[in-house]
Amino acid sequence: MSGLKTPSGRLKRDVIPGFGLSMGVTLTMLSLIVLIPLASVPLVLKDYSLSEFWRVVTDRQTIATYKVSFSCAAAAAVINVFFGVLLAWVLTRYKFPGRRILDGLIELPFALPTAVAGVALTTLYSERGWIGYLFSKIGVKISYTTTGITIAMIFIGIPFVVRSIQPVLENLDPQYEEAAATLGASRARIFTSVVVPEILPAALTGFALAFARAIGEYGSVVFIAGNIPYRTQITPLMIMNKLEQFNYPAAASIALVMIVFSFLVLFGVNILQSKISEISRGS
Amino acid sequence: MKRSILSKTIAGALLLTGVFTAFAGFASDNAAGKISITNVSYDPTRELYEQYNKLFRAYWLREKGQEVEITQSHGGSGKQARGVIEGNEADVVTLALEGDVDEIRKAGLIDAGWVKEFDKNSAPYTSTIVFLVRKGNPRNLKDWDDIIKPGVEIITPDPKSSGGARWNFLAAWAFSDRKNGGNEEKNKEFLKALFANVTVLDSGARGSTTTFVENGQGDVLLAWENEAFLSQKEHPGDFEIVTPSLSILAQPSVAVVDVYARKHGTEEAAKAYLRYLYSDEAQRLEGRNYYRPSNPNILREFKDAFNLDVKLVNIDDEFGGWDAAQAKFFADGAIFDEIYRRR
Repeated sequence: MSGLKTPSGRLKRDVIPGFGLSMGVTLTMLSLIVLIPLASVPLVLKDYSLSEFWRVVTDRQTIATYKVSFSCAAAAAVINVFFGVLLAWVLTRYKFPGRRILDGLIELPFALPTAVAGVALTTLYSERGWIGYLFSKIGVKISYTTTGITIAMIFIGIPFVVRSIQPVLENLDPQYEEAAATLGASRARIFTSVVVPEILPAALTGFALAFARAIGEYGSVVFIAGNIPYRTQITPLMIMNKLEQFNYPAAASIALVMIVFSFLVLFGVNILQSKISEISRGS
Repeated sequence: MKRSILSKTIAGALLLTGVFTAFAGFASDNAAGKISITNVSYDPTRELYEQYNKLFRAYWLREKGQEVEITQSHGGSGKQARGVIEGNEADVVTLALEGDVDEIRKAGLIDAGWVKEFDKNSAPYTSTIVFLVRKGNPRNLKDWDDIIKPGVEIITPDPKSSGGARWNFLAAWAFSDRKNGGNEEKNKEFLKALFANVTVLDSGARGSTTTFVENGQGDVLLAWENEAFLSQKEHPGDFEIVTPSLSILAQPSVAVVDVYARKHGTEEAAKAYLRYLYSDEAQRLEGRNYYRPSNPNILREFKDAFNLDVKLVNIDDEFGGWDAAQAKFFADGAIFDEIYRRR
């Protein structure tokens, strides 16, 4: 299993001990927490005919929710990548008072119950809240629109991007940038040719994580969404609606579509990422 | 060598499972001597049952000389019903809809015929659907046909995800049905106009209340009477309650979860717990918590608080029962979906 055959034909023990024990714990944990619960989704569908499944997942209202969920999540992830790179840059490259506090604040969206975040964001961005009030003056409505949904998704996704990029930036030796500068590269050139290739794989990881989290997010988004059919309903809400009517197979059908979609997107990002790593390592 | 790795892998697996089992063991510790009942209820009954449990504890100690401990759980009615079906071992359920309790029966946990087990179709207290409007009723909303006028903004939860919101829909339908002489097409147009005015469709009743009360959205909130009274109490002077000419008798249902009560040996106490909800003291407590007591004599004691002139239709006579209403209006592709599809 873990050993390699030596020329003499005997199994060679790994240099690091404990493979068997740790693999056992890993497999059990993964099964209990991830694999079995995920496998139970298609299991609910066992009495469901293919035509029923198809009718549920291609219902016009359900398709409208995919559009809202995926477009808002993609927009939020893109914004998070730009904003997250900037934040990580500021936190690693500059020394300023309050840096540690700011650094600690980044994780807050993880710790806060999502419903609390949702209620707070909705209030803040509605016409009554002070941010929403300012925007309503220029005729922009945020809460109860897709803009509001995207803002909630940015909120919950930002830590993923910052925390993916930060370690890379910390380990990036400024000597490379200095070398590029002495060779006469402009600041923009240094950024695009030296810094960006280094952080691109990490940024993609951040993108994928933020995107996946935003797709599945329910707690904070339902409060700010307004949930109007065909306009601001997200797919997880559609699943909740089916559950609320005790229609387990329909809920599982839509969930399955989400899992497959999300997996494809994450898988695609992974492939892209390994390609980029190869290129940047090869050059 | 291979075998030893495999055995260590298994040992690792067993170790982890052992840890989990140990935790589970701690959780299911059972105290002897006194009896304990779990009441799974829905959101807005929290305050009511906190007070009622004290009343019942004293009553049970007086009657039986036995201490009873009551655990409460609150959440969306449908979610709570699913929790019980999926293994939350409640002794009694006190939910918002007959339909939710009946789903637990369909899962085999409640004996058939539960609706007749207690008085008034097992609904010890009732409520109805009213309008909560802003102070002074600036848009002069008096009845259902006022709120469907263009430009009025309505806040209501989604009937697909909120059991309570189904009463809102049915009340509006019943009004339109009377007005349009039973013309289904006209009723659909009426509901379509109503939902065209809905600006935020929250997933639950508490969410809608927050949207209307805290975030200042909309001109009118379609709410359970007891919720409307609670909002008014929390924000005195900011809101007014308007009772439309016709509304629906919302009957929150109670039932003993027979399978679990038998398993826990709490059947007698569980039944008494629900029966005592009909006692005079308990009925007054329900009235003070803004639910309409089902005992007409006690309801009359609250005639200053509740508008008793409103005509109330009930789901059995008007819609042929909960199952029929669910299938006709709220199932996938039924009338509620249709009115949104038509836009």
